[in-house]
Amino acid sequence: MLSYIFYILSGLTILTAIMMIAARNPVHSVLYLIITFFLISGQYLLMNAQFLFVVNIIVYAGAIMVLFLFVLMLLNLNKETEPQKSMKTKLAGVISGGLLLVNLLGALVKSNSSTESLPITDVGLVKNLGMVLFTDFVVPFEISSILFLAAMVGAVLVGKRHKGEMEAISE
Amino acid sequence: MGSYIAIALFSPLLGFTISGLFGRFLPKNVTGIIASLSVFVSFVCSIMLFNHLHNGGDAVKLETFNWIAAGNISIDFSFLADKLSVWMMMIITGVGFLIHIYSMGYMHHDEGFYKFFAYLNLFIFSMLTLVLGANYVIMFFGWEGVGLCSYLLIGFWYANKEYGYAARKAFIMNRIGDLGLLLGIFMLFNVFGTTDYQTVFSSAGTANSATIELICILLFVGAVGKSAQIPLFTWLPDAMAGPTPVSALIHAATMVTAGIYLVARSSVFFVSSELASTIVLVVGLVTAVVAATIGLKQNDIKKVLAYSTVSQLGYMFVALGVGAYSTALFHVTTHAFFKALLFLGSGSVIHAMSGEQDIRFMGGLSKKLKITHFTFLLGTLAIAGVPPLAGFFSKDEILAKAFYGNGILVFILLAVTSVITAVYMFRLYFLTFHGEFRGTEEQKHHLHESPSTMTIPLIILAILSCVGGGLGLSSLFSHHHFADTFLSSVLTNANIPHPSHLFEIVVLVVSVVLLAIIILMTRSYYTKKQNVPTSADEETGFGRILSKKYYFDEIYKTLIQKPIEWLSNFAHDFIDRKFIDGIVNISGRGVTVCGNYLRRVQTGNVEFYLLAMVVGVIAFLIIYQLV
Amino acid sequence: MPPIDHYIWLSSILFSIGVIGVLIRRNGIVLLMCVELMLNAVNLLFTAFATNFQDSAGQVFVFFIMVVAAAEVAVGLAILVMIYRNTKSVDISLLDKLKQ
Repeated sequence: MLSYIFYILSGLTILTAIMMIAARNPVHSVLYLIITFFLISGQYLLMNAQFLFVVNIIVYAGAIMVLFLFVLMLLNLNKETEPQKSMKTKLAGVISGGLLLVNLLGALVKSNSSTESLPITDVGLVKNLGMVLFTDFVVPFEISSILFLAAMVGAVLVGKRHKGEMEAISE
Repeated sequence: MGSYIAIALFSPLLGFTISGLFGRFLPKNVTGIIASLSVFVSFVCSIMLFNHLHNGGDAVKLETFNWIAAGNISIDFSFLADKLSVWMMMIITGVGFLIHIYSMGYMHHDEGFYKFFAYLNLFIFSMLTLVLGANYVIMFFGWEGVGLCSYLLIGFWYANKEYGYAARKAFIMNRIGDLGLLLGIFMLFNVFGTTDYQTVFSSAGTANSATIELICILLFVGAVGKSAQIPLFTWLPDAMAGPTPVSALIHAATMVTAGIYLVARSSVFFVSSELASTIVLVVGLVTAVVAATIGLKQNDIKKVLAYSTVSQLGYMFVALGVGAYSTALFHVTTHAFFKALLFLGSGSVIHAMSGEQDIRFMGGLSKKLKITHFTFLLGTLAIAGVPPLAGFFSKDEILAKAFYGNGILVFILLAVTSVITAVYMFRLYFLTFHGEFRGTEEQKHHLHESPSTMTIPLIILAILSCVGGGLGLSSLFSHHHFADTFLSSVLTNANIPHPSHLFEIVVLVVSVVLLAIIILMTRSYYTKKQNVPTSADEETGFGRILSKKYYFDEIYKTLIQKPIEWLSNFAHDFIDRKFIDGIVNISGRGVTVCGNYLRRVQTGNVEFYLLAMVVGVIAFLIIYQLV
Repeated sequence: MPPIDHYIWLSSILFSIGVIGVLIRRNGIVLLMCVELMLNAVNLLFTAFATNFQDSAGQVFVFFIMVVAAAEVAVGLAILVMIYRNTKSVDISLLDKLKQ
């Protein structure tokens, strides 16, 4: 039963992902990507990784993608302004990516494949994950907060208008 | 007892740190007292250790930590105070303490006062490390440390370029010797797998004799450099550029005897290797004779003493070559007393003469410098070998050992050297202290006795020069030979028969008669007839060769310096300019050409880079899967 | 539940789609989105392995990857806004100044 859900979810994920890179309108791309993320969150739920399920929806599908949408709207980008590559380049890209896929899967086929189904565990429960996160990984956890701070400062600094620009606009 | 070793070592190091770091903020007297006190503490520790060993205690070993551990090599940072080490410690800290006190007076007007004391303390620390190290590597550590201090102190007045050159000369000459020592230590490692004294000496018999010979010769090369023997002796006279207390401490009493210590320490090896011992004997003998003859024609008060030091060191090496190791150390001791005394006395003279060092412009100083004069006279008598002063006993013993151990030729040469020594020492004494004053009026006006910080060490050293011989009374006077009995348990002396009483009486009488003649002759020549030596350029014949120091420096210049210069020029003009630079230029041009083709790949387009990256990853994966 | 192999298949496919997206699009924002997709593919694989071996470390790593991804997006979008302000476009083909 669960397997069927997995295959359905997988098929939909791949489909939306392809739609995402194929869509001409960047706003559509964002929307397809949000769906993709929701579907991936479904995968997490299937694996009983409840914490990641929630975080993925909040952080990725929620915060990050909203940020993307905001920027797109702010810059007023749509189908008309979307730059397009020539067919030749696109073909080269698809072939390269396909080769990469063939390579990765080739490696998998060559190795010993297992047919055992995934066990059902509760390591992904918020309680268990929290225990690990705040005991074994407490230092990286704190450091990641510093990274966030640095990223925030960096983003503000990069996004800020510089003195010269200000004058140019006011003039 | 191990803590005494630690205190003895760290007290000068602490003194060095204090006077080196904070000396410039402290008053001069405080710096001087701290530095002297730190050496005095070491001296007290030495006495404690000496007492312990003298009462039959075992050698003290202080193990601190494993210093170097790599593969099969393991070197401990440990120290060993056996009778030999403690004997040297007593000389180093005792004489060192007196010289520290003396320096407080001598260097009082110098701007680098605190720096001077910092260096002196560092020297004492290094020298103690040298003699206390429990293996050859620690000893080498101290060996290089004293070399460094010697360099720093010779070039102490670095504003004078000549002094800087002298310091460099000493450093480089020492490096040549150190290379030999280093190779010797490597050989020891190779043969015994360790350099720990106790282990090495107890397994000395297991190595084959040719290897031992080679090790001995290599170690002796190191000793030649440090103890200024032919052919590496020319640095020592130049080293007189340093302040006089430095000459007394480093270049007479302690550092230059490190070579003797090294050979004596390795006596187990040397006693069994004939060839190496013969080399030691010959080098020592030649040095003794050559340096003594050069000393005859020197006009600089410190240069005379420097050549005298070289000559006396030659004496000690003769004793080592014969196999009389404790005799050599006995002479080290007495020599430390009277040569330190003579140098400090000369320092007092120079101080009084406002920096003048040329004895041709001195004379008649005995009236003004009473204490200096009297102590200097005692030192002169001691080095000339007047009984019963210290020099007589040690020299007499070396002569006797040479006579019984190696035959008549060595004995005669040594005796002649001894006579020459007396001649140049009394020449120096009479020219400096008697006759008419030959300097300027201003100098005459300034003549004054030195302060008590300088005269008290002189008096103490003079007393030691008088009674120091008591450490090794010859069998004529006593059956108790203190130095010999004390040191014999650590040193492997060769079996040399005791001199007969007849021999000793003959030597005693002959030396007294000869000395009396020499004193009278030099007195009449330099004081009564007022002969003043000429400068080197006016000399003729053999005298000119002597005053030019056998042209040693010139020979080295032609034989070594010139070819090296030529080789360097060749390397610079041809190998470097044409060959190396050519390769560099060609490779540079090649890169330019390649770059011209390759730069077309750099489109600057980010997308192209991305594609290239993906293709690269794919290629990498394919290769990975195929292999 | 499907075996681990199928998760690897899925992740590989999603990752490759991300790569293809990066190669065929010129819009800088979409490029960033493709990078996000690739990161998600990796996250999925991490989680699958964590479940397979019943080891929570893999899931903790996913958490950290999310942290880094969020930071990256913040800075990346700031840079893109900056580029847009200067070139009036988000077309990365215009960014050929690396040549100089």
